[in-house]
Amino acid sequence: MPQDDRSGVANMVRTQENEILDEWMKLQMAAGSRRPDLINESELRDDARAFLATFSDALQASSSGDGKEWASVRSVLDRVSRTRAHKGFTATETAMFVFSLKQPLFTRLRQLHGKDPDRLANEMWNTSALLDKLGMQTTETYQKIREDVITRQQEEMLELSTPVVSLWNGIVALPVIGTLDSSRTQVVMETLLQRIVEEEAAIAIIDITGVPTVDTLVAQHLLKAVAAARLMGADCIISGIRPQIAQTIVHLGVSLGEVTTKATLADAFALALARTGQKVVRVSTAG
Amino acid sequence: MDRIPILRMGRFLLVTIQVDMHDRLALALQDDLTNRIVSDRAKGVLIDISSLEIVDSFMGRTLGNIAGMARILDADTVVVGMRPAVAITLVELGLSLPGVRTALTVEKGMELLRAPGEDVVNGDHPS
Repeated sequence: MPQDDRSGVANMVRTQENEILDEWMKLQMAAGSRRPDLINESELRDDARAFLATFSDALQASSSGDGKEWASVRSVLDRVSRTRAHKGFTATETAMFVFSLKQPLFTRLRQLHGKDPDRLANEMWNTSALLDKLGMQTTETYQKIREDVITRQQEEMLELSTPVVSLWNGIVALPVIGTLDSSRTQVVMETLLQRIVEEEAAIAIIDITGVPTVDTLVAQHLLKAVAAARLMGADCIISGIRPQIAQTIVHLGVSLGEVTTKATLADAFALALARTGQKVVRVSTAG
Repeated sequence: MDRIPILRMGRFLLVTIQVDMHDRLALALQDDLTNRIVSDRAKGVLIDISSLEIVDSFMGRTLGNIAGMARILDADTVVVGMRPAVAITLVELGLSLPGVRTALTVEKGMELLRAPGEDVVNGDHPS
């Protein structure tokens, strides 16, 4: 009688909720995976109580471990995993939260069905499968949150590494630092073009002082950015070409086409000022 | 079939593309524009594509063709207001529109047309 099987565990959890909570807490406090430096007893107890309460409710409705009856349990577990992932727990320590509930439940099942080995084995198997499923879910959430963090950091790094600075009215500069690969070039190009529109810039200077090596692929990427800027109506100057890079470019036979190149950003800036019909003069201090 | 209006401003023709371009529309524009350059004796053509969001290889090629035809008919072509996404697409398609002059805004484009043969930014200013 499946109805009876389910209500067996369900009733047990419901009627002995407080005792189970106490014993579970005791186990968790004693366990090696507890992190007293990261979580204190009252927080742990709150988490445990919230989980046990929703667990008990869901168990009354169904024993499957999924479906809408278990939505509240899942949301509690998500919350627990999320806070623990942010606090710096490991995946094991996070999953142990659920797995450590096995012991108090099994002890009670043995007390209830000790005289009926078949029933006991059955109940233990069901409960174990159910808790495993919930435990895996905490691990999954934990992993997803960590991956989110990594993705966000990658995006931030891309954003940080491509600042477009406004040098003068209508002149923007893009100091490229680090290796230019395809995905990076895409971001560089997009930010550069966006800023050209925003600043109504007639001239864009791409400074490659911080690019360690220039091979054919990097040169191609640079030329693409220059071509795209030209299509929008802005002239590009490439500056910051170090002697070794100039040698590499020629030895590789890379053609930078008709792109204007300058050795330093200062030269490029002077050219940009000249092209826009402006010049910087020294303030006369004589007199 | 709808057509893209061509406005006359002095010696120049002004084309503002404000609808999604499709192939027939592009070809019609090419026809109309070459006819108008001859009939109006235009010296320059300014094509504003700031509202154009989607561009394909055919559109890119047509733009290049229009510029080429205009040059044969002794008129300069300036393409203005290209969006960043469109510029990236064209470059990725390998169409960097050689021979087409570009400007960021209509205003700068008109300056470019008024200074024939020379880029305005290349004026003879001492550095």
